Amino acid sequence: MRILVVEDDEMLLDGLTVGLGLAGFTVDPVSTCEDAHAALSAQRYDAVVLDLMLPDGSGLDVLETLRGARNATPVLLLTARDQVPDRIRGLDAGADDYVGKPFDLDELAARLRALVRRGAGRPTARLEWRGVVLDPAQLTSSHHGAALKLTRREFAVLRTLMERPAATVSRTALEEALYGWQEEVESNAVEVHVHHLRSKLGADFIKTVRGMGYRLAEEGA
Amino acid sequence: MNSIRGRLIAILIGTTGLVWLLAAAWIYLSTQAQVEHVLDARLTEAARMVNSLLTDHRIELAMAEGENGETAAPIFDMGQPYERQLSCQIWSLDGQLVGRSSGAPDTRLTDATQGFSEATIAGETWRVYTVENPRLGVRVMVGDSLHVRDRLVGDVIKGLLLPATIVLPVLAGMIWLSVRRGLAPLSEMAGTLSSRDANDLRPLPSAGMPAEVAPAVNALNGLFRRVDEARERERNFTAFAAHELKTPLAGLKTQAQIALASGDGAVQANALRQIATGVDRTARLARQLLDLASLETGDGPARSAREDISVAIGTAVAEMKPLAAARNVAIEVEHVGGQPRLEVETHRISPALRNLLENAVNHSPEGARVRCRIHQNGGTVLVSVEDEGPGVTETELPRLTEKFFRGRNKSTTGSGLGLAIARTAVEQAGGELRLANRTPQGFVATLVLPV
Repeated sequence: MRILVVEDDEMLLDGLTVGLGLAGFTVDPVSTCEDAHAALSAQRYDAVVLDLMLPDGSGLDVLETLRGARNATPVLLLTARDQVPDRIRGLDAGADDYVGKPFDLDELAARLRALVRRGAGRPTARLEWRGVVLDPAQLTSSHHGAALKLTRREFAVLRTLMERPAATVSRTALEEALYGWQEEVESNAVEVHVHHLRSKLGADFIKTVRGMGYRLAEEGA
Repeated sequence: MNSIRGRLIAILIGTTGLVWLLAAAWIYLSTQAQVEHVLDARLTEAARMVNSLLTDHRIELAMAEGENGETAAPIFDMGQPYERQLSCQIWSLDGQLVGRSSGAPDTRLTDATQGFSEATIAGETWRVYTVENPRLGVRVMVGDSLHVRDRLVGDVIKGLLLPATIVLPVLAGMIWLSVRRGLAPLSEMAGTLSSRDANDLRPLPSAGMPAEVAPAVNALNGLFRRVDEARERERNFTAFAAHELKTPLAGLKTQAQIALASGDGAVQANALRQIATGVDRTARLARQLLDLASLETGDGPARSAREDISVAIGTAVAEMKPLAAARNVAIEVEHVGGQPRLEVETHRISPALRNLLENAVNHSPEGARVRCRIHQNGGTVLVSVEDEGPGVTETELPRLTEKFFRGRNKSTTGSGLGLAIARTAVEQAGGELRLANRTPQGFVATLVLPV
């Protein structure tokens, strides 16, 4: 899951990038409204964490621009201004959630997962497909009841595919879900992760759609 | 006496009473003069009338009948109106009493031969008018007792003072009532103010206030406004400070949670480093908030302490040396055109210098120089702090002294308060803070201080 974090405090931005990374998110950190606008117009995000008081304007402006462009990406406002009127203003401006500073990192991660889940229209947090169960909150997985050992990247590839089981996901989309801006992407990284997954789950679990990308094999196939 | 009402009532009753008494004295004197004048005229007239009656022989005299002795002098009637008050004696020129009116005494009224005179007979003072009739050889003396005159004047004064004793208490009551009524706006205002809550700083109604009370009401309302503004500023400041403290706290908590959750030694080490920096920054923020609060409320420590500007700069530079050394930045102090002589208030100028130097060091690249120049220019001393850092964008320049404003090229430890403190301090010292980018690179902050 790729998320954009907009926060001007360096220590907090670093903390959010590392902390949300540990929780399984791929984080793009920016610290100004300008950079946030640029990132949002260039990249599709699963969610946005937005501070309100930024050096070159208010996070509410970013939010309004986003919603004005008919972009429904879930937005979580993260701010020191957490009085009830501030929360109301933020939510009415199009935010999906509101968290006051200081906050608990695990709670923030859980709220982000919930936002993404609701945004995708899924009722439960756990993902299931042909005997494979993924728990994004605990970052645990199992195959027919037996614990399944996956690396962070493998987990992310599998989760991206299982979030939309019937859809074909392009290699670029998988790369974007796996790597933030600051990370080097090796040209065949996705192929390597898919290869490892096939060896753990069976060769027919993930199908290659030639020229398009990957999708999960159907039930009973 | 400390009550306006009491004082007013005393003054009003006192003066009214005094005016009344003066009027009574005036009337007493003038009535006395008038009465004397009128009664003297009556005496004259009466004497002349008796004299003419004698001439016409309408009054018969004893001496006309023969030498009958003083005691046998006939008693005549002078007519009703004069009966009680006037006494008349007719004496022959050789000293014989030849006639007298019924109430007149036997002894001679006066020794004067003609005109007005006063004499005391049997303890009573008489005023007498004498007319000489040489043809008949008699003197006519008409007199009245001064006691009677005094009683007349006394009656007039009594008629004046008696109603006053009844009127004065009524008057005093009316004065008391009107003074109370006149002072009603004041007591009303006092009532409104004393029943007010401490937070109620609404202005008092000034419409319809009498001209004497209006200035006090306006002054009070002005004070209310200033107090309200000061409290509003304080509230804003507190709210803002709380917000600004929450962000570093959020950062600290997040980093602490990372250090606890991560098994990776490098990640943990980075988180702990971030926490250490964050604590320094938060401590600095707390110190700056205190600096700003003490400047704004004006109750800093050792307020009266003053020192030479060069000494103040020396102290600030020495304080900054450890930070500069850690960042490998050199601080140079340079006097342009000799040592200026200027005494500055330590509690104002020291925080200003400290924040400017701290900013310069924090924004300097490794190995750069920070220059502090002191320069006297006529009536001002300029203290400029120059760095070789990235400077600020032109759009940020006017916002730099806003509290908590932090530009794009912010340092990791900045709070957005340093320049606000410097400006507040230097403006309180009567000076000015000038900020500018340097060409080709760097930033310069200048304290302009009046000599």
